[in-house]
Amino acid sequence: MNPSNYLVLAAILFSIGAVGVLVRRNAIVVFMCVELMLNAANLTLVTFSRIQGTLDGQVIAFFVMVVAAAEVVVGLAIILTIFRTRRSASVDDVNLLKY
Amino acid sequence: MSSVHALAGVGAEGATSVVGATGAFNATWLLLALPLAGAAVLLLGGRRTDRTGHLIGTLAAAASFVFGLVLFFTLHGRSSSGREVSSNLFTWLPVNGLKVNVGLLFDPLSSVFVLLITGVGTLIHIYSIGYMAHDPGRRRFFAYMNLFLASMLLLVLANDFLVTFVGWEMVGLSSYLLIKFWEYKPAAATAANKAFYVNRVGDVGFLIAIMLMFATVGTTSFTGVFNAVAQHAIGYGTLTAIALTLLLGAASKSGQFPLQTWLPDAMEGPTPISALIHAATMVTAGVYLIARSNPIFTGSQAARTVVLIVAAITILLGCVIGCAYDDIKKVLAYSTVSQIGYMFLAVGLGPAGYALGILHLLAHGFFKAGLFLGAGSVIHGMDDEQDARRFGGLWRFMPVTWVTFGLGYLAIIGFPGLSGFFTKDKIIEAAFDKGGTSGWILGCVALLGAGLTAFYMSRIFLLTFHGERRWSDSGPDAKHPHESPTVMTAPMIVLAFGSVFAGGLLVLGGSLQHWLTPSIGRSAEVGAHTINPAVLTVLTLVVAAGGFAGAYLRYQLRPVAAVAPADSEVSPVTVAARHDLFLNAFNEAVLMRPGQYLTRFLVWSEAVGIDGVVRGIAAGVGGLSGRMRRAQTGFVRTYALSMLTGSVLLVGALLLVKAS
Repeated sequence: MNPSNYLVLAAILFSIGAVGVLVRRNAIVVFMCVELMLNAANLTLVTFSRIQGTLDGQVIAFFVMVVAAAEVVVGLAIILTIFRTRRSASVDDVNLLKY
Repeated sequence: MSSVHALAGVGAEGATSVVGATGAFNATWLLLALPLAGAAVLLLGGRRTDRTGHLIGTLAAAASFVFGLVLFFTLHGRSSSGREVSSNLFTWLPVNGLKVNVGLLFDPLSSVFVLLITGVGTLIHIYSIGYMAHDPGRRRFFAYMNLFLASMLLLVLANDFLVTFVGWEMVGLSSYLLIKFWEYKPAAATAANKAFYVNRVGDVGFLIAIMLMFATVGTTSFTGVFNAVAQHAIGYGTLTAIALTLLLGAASKSGQFPLQTWLPDAMEGPTPISALIHAATMVTAGVYLIARSNPIFTGSQAARTVVLIVAAITILLGCVIGCAYDDIKKVLAYSTVSQIGYMFLAVGLGPAGYALGILHLLAHGFFKAGLFLGAGSVIHGMDDEQDARRFGGLWRFMPVTWVTFGLGYLAIIGFPGLSGFFTKDKIIEAAFDKGGTSGWILGCVALLGAGLTAFYMSRIFLLTFHGERRWSDSGPDAKHPHESPTVMTAPMIVLAFGSVFAGGLLVLGGSLQHWLTPSIGRSAEVGAHTINPAVLTVLTLVVAAGGFAGAYLRYQLRPVAAVAPADSEVSPVTVAARHDLFLNAFNEAVLMRPGQYLTRFLVWSEAVGIDGVVRGIAAGVGGLSGRMRRAQTGFVRTYALSMLTGSVLLVGALLLVKAS
């Protein structure tokens, strides 16, 4: 199977994720979109690893997963705390930190 | 504590050597320490010493004088080869390449200065007890006087140009503090500032001279520099430069042309100060400096010519202006200017005149101090009136002042047998003996100066003590002239004795010249006199008598107005003299105003230019950041968009680079 198909898929997934981050207001959905982008990147890494015939890309993919897991833990905790105080999960409501 | 410097060939001819201090000379520093301690006690003691301050101050001065006498006679007992005693106190600057030792040199030259300073100083301290009796700041006054004595002694006792310079600056400070002693008077405050500024000009000259010495010789000690001069280690150009810059310093301190303007203004200070600092001692520091640096001046004919020109101009200038003023202290001040001109004339003549300059300096110290104290006594008795046109006929009311002032007056105009007769005559004679056209010019200037001196001193004497009374003892402006208390008249009597006898004692038999030989070399022998001395003496007396006759005819036989005639009624010469020959105006127009404009321009350009740029940058950055922070909207999605845009641009740029 042509490996470039995987790359195209990864690009599509990344774009969906990026658009989702930009257009959605719900923090949870934004978060999921970020995950989508991360995994698109992972897919690229693994694909290139396959093309190159080395294991480097796959190893980095594992790193990305670990970091993503940690990020989710912190991110969800923040979202939960904000929701408790402001009764909202909209990212546009959290705009106090500005000029 | 002591060190022995081998010094050969210093002085014009006489090979002398500086010896280390032994015995009493180990304590030479006490001379300065006593008045310095007096000043410290009075200044730090505060009001607690208010009641005894004047006594402490006088005692410190007197103790210093007594110790000076002891040292003088010890020195006198030595053979003439061992009369330069140097004692090192400590090393001040042990920097690599520059080693400055603070040491004291007690030699014949400094010994006569020590006696003059402490002797006249003590007398004037005693006088001030009476003069300042009712002044609330009397303690401070005595503290400053003691500080002055210590500074002046440091100046004349130092054995290094740099240490001399320290004393030089300290007398400047004391002079400044004492001129503005009555600082609530704007005139006094201005005069003090003026004295300080004008002296700065000379100080720069002195400093440059010291730097030149260090640059060429590598040392600033007297022995080191004079040895180098003796060994011709300094080129003629450099030597002349050193001498001229020293002259600049000397001229500013001694009120010589063109830096004389501060001295008459300095008369705003209390009269004892005018007597001590601005007549007898500090203003003669310039003469001391030239006499002390005699190897340098002997080596540079060009520099001595400049000294002579300065001296000749100053003699005439002081005399001419002195004729026009009615303020008794101003007249005496201009008289001081011209008399110091005579001293400069003498030292400018080189080896023939160094001793004559010192001679006239000592005699002048006595009679001018006596004259000032007499003037102070008159001012005191006339309720602070200084205008001689409002005096007249005072001899009946102040007999002691009249006699002492009169003796000082006779001494300064060169009445036969009195101090000035001996010392000034010698200088006039030496000027003629210089030979050539310049000798004739200088001699005639000195002779003319003697005549003018006789005129203006007779004028002020007659206006003050003789003629009709131009004051009244009734009415709103009533004066009750009275003789001063004994504490004031006693010093005047002592100084009057000095005015009468000092000159004769010092001159006859060449005693002072002989005494000074180790310091300033043997006086050059004059081959043939240009004019026979006896003829010249008679000529000088005739000229002086002419001056007196002029004053007598004009101010004794004809009535004198109590108010000076307006400028429009007097001759242009008088108008010019009344305005200090427009030299003050010249200084103001040529130096002060442009300086003021320059500083104003610099302040303006600093505010607009430099500050403008700095403030402009700050304002620009501030405004820009104020606009740019608007980008911080607080919406997370805006940030995400900008990050994405940035990343896309970055990747695009990378791809572009790779593709090309």
